[in-house]
Amino acid sequence: MARLRRPEYGRGAVWLLTGVYFLVPLACAVAFSIGIGGPRQGIGFDAYTGIFGADGFADSLALTLKLATATIALVLGLLVPALVTVRLAAPRLRTLVEIVCLLPLVVPAVALVAGISAVLRWGPDHFAGTPLFGALVALQNPEFPFVLVLAYALMALPLAYRTLDSGLTAIDLRVLVEAARACGASWPRTLFHVVLPNLRGALLNTAFLTLALVLGEYTVAAVLGYQPFAVWIVALSGSHAQMSVAVSMVGLLGTWVLLLVIAAAGRARRPKESQ
Amino acid sequence: MSAVQTAARGDSLPRSSGGTTSHGAARRWRLPRSARWLGVLPLLVFAVVVFGLSAGTMVFGAFTTPETMPGGARFTGANFIASLHGPHLAALINSVELSAVSALIAAVVGLPIAHAVVTSRFRALREAALAGAGVLANVGGVPLAFAFVATLGNAGVLTTHFALRSHGWNLYSFWGLTLAYLYFLIPLMVLTLAPALDGLRRQWREAARNNGASAFRYWTHVALPILMPSLLGGFVLLFGSAFSAYATAAAMVGSSVPLVTMQIADALSGDVLVGEGNVALALGVDMVLVAGLVMAVQLPLQRRSARWLA
Repeated sequence: MARLRRPEYGRGAVWLLTGVYFLVPLACAVAFSIGIGGPRQGIGFDAYTGIFGADGFADSLALTLKLATATIALVLGLLVPALVTVRLAAPRLRTLVEIVCLLPLVVPAVALVAGISAVLRWGPDHFAGTPLFGALVALQNPEFPFVLVLAYALMALPLAYRTLDSGLTAIDLRVLVEAARACGASWPRTLFHVVLPNLRGALLNTAFLTLALVLGEYTVAAVLGYQPFAVWIVALSGSHAQMSVAVSMVGLLGTWVLLLVIAAAGRARRPKESQ
Repeated sequence: MSAVQTAARGDSLPRSSGGTTSHGAARRWRLPRSARWLGVLPLLVFAVVVFGLSAGTMVFGAFTTPETMPGGARFTGANFIASLHGPHLAALINSVELSAVSALIAAVVGLPIAHAVVTSRFRALREAALAGAGVLANVGGVPLAFAFVATLGNAGVLTTHFALRSHGWNLYSFWGLTLAYLYFLIPLMVLTLAPALDGLRRQWREAARNNGASAFRYWTHVALPILMPSLLGGFVLLFGSAFSAYATAAAMVGSSVPLVTMQIADALSGDVLVGEGNVALALGVDMVLVAGLVMAVQLPLQRRSARWLA
């Protein structure tokens, strides 16, 4: 027992210090948002109740959710076929796919947006009058800037690749596919009724990580001059400091809870399968 | 030469890539040859067009004069020289210092925290901590900046309550920024170290103890050497993450602490001086070089540490 007890104190101290460092800013932020401890002493939940009526809230959230949906669809649409094919039929392309997916890690978001804005400035001068000009204009449509979807998909590739790849490692894809094909299933049927359902956890995780990335992304959108959610919060902070803190806290805690729910969902399925 | 062709020639040598079924049976279930490329093609086209075009234009712009100049776009090294002089160089050095200091602190502090999280007896606590780490490390950015402004900013709760400003505290400084960066770097370190710490076998500790080693000796002679690739890899990853961070600093301090990310963004979104846009592209290339160096160090370390996790 004596051997065990000493490290327990150390562990307690570590938890305590960690808790203080990580919880105090959150607690202070919540306190600030309801008016405790701030310069003005009026306590109230206006910052929370007023969120929905705030100028630009609905627009920026709608834009972000549209962007997130499109980005998730694009990332999964690009990665799932590529990874499944690489595992089933083209192992030699595996290194290439891995390099392509991890390459965006080398380019920080600010550098990426520098490149993108250079393309957007350079393109129209050179393609005026051609269909490409129309495409470049459509990419920057303020209602739905598809250029952001492209940038987000690129930024999500490394994380999405790792998540999907480990999901594929966890199932025996080859055996599943061969069994399905041996039972007479067509290729599309094999993909949609056998492969994808078995990847549910990994697909869900990838979608969630991509959603989180799009919800929190500030750099690219701000520099290119669009106003999705994160940019809107920063703009809001100028006039409604309490409300911007309130929205941030709701966002952080909401993401955390969602992540826990997904982790629980992934765990709940496993014991059933092993029985 | 595929396994199918090998089988068709009647070559019965076992092939490692053959999978679990016999080659003859596998043949019928193979994807048609065209489908192999069709599956990978969209990803490759996307990468070449979006990534290649942006990266290519950035590099091209970094090495040329602006097209609006009288002579048009000509090759020049002036952008790079400008990006490594005066305020740009100061910002670059400041970014490197800030990233190195905060990554070092986060790596040192992150190890005991990761250990406490991984060895926690309460599964719910462990999962909540890891999920929270995932949120803070990946989504931090803007919300994080606001939390710190509300806590330690000029009108922050702690600043007001403890009159910190009279003690010389200023959040909008090098150390204020370091404190805020630690808030997403420590979780990132915990996430990076967790698998490596999970891989530390209980038996190694027991074996060390049976041979008369103290806990200190176990850590310095067994655990730390095994963890070293993960620790170094984590440090490098943290450095890269802090180096390329923009949202936290932009939402928190504006431009009172010069950082290279801030200078690029300012040059891109503001009213740009003539030629400054191309200097921003050169700064972008500088950043890519640093980030590339980071990855070149990190990937081999990651592979090395993976050996112990099997």
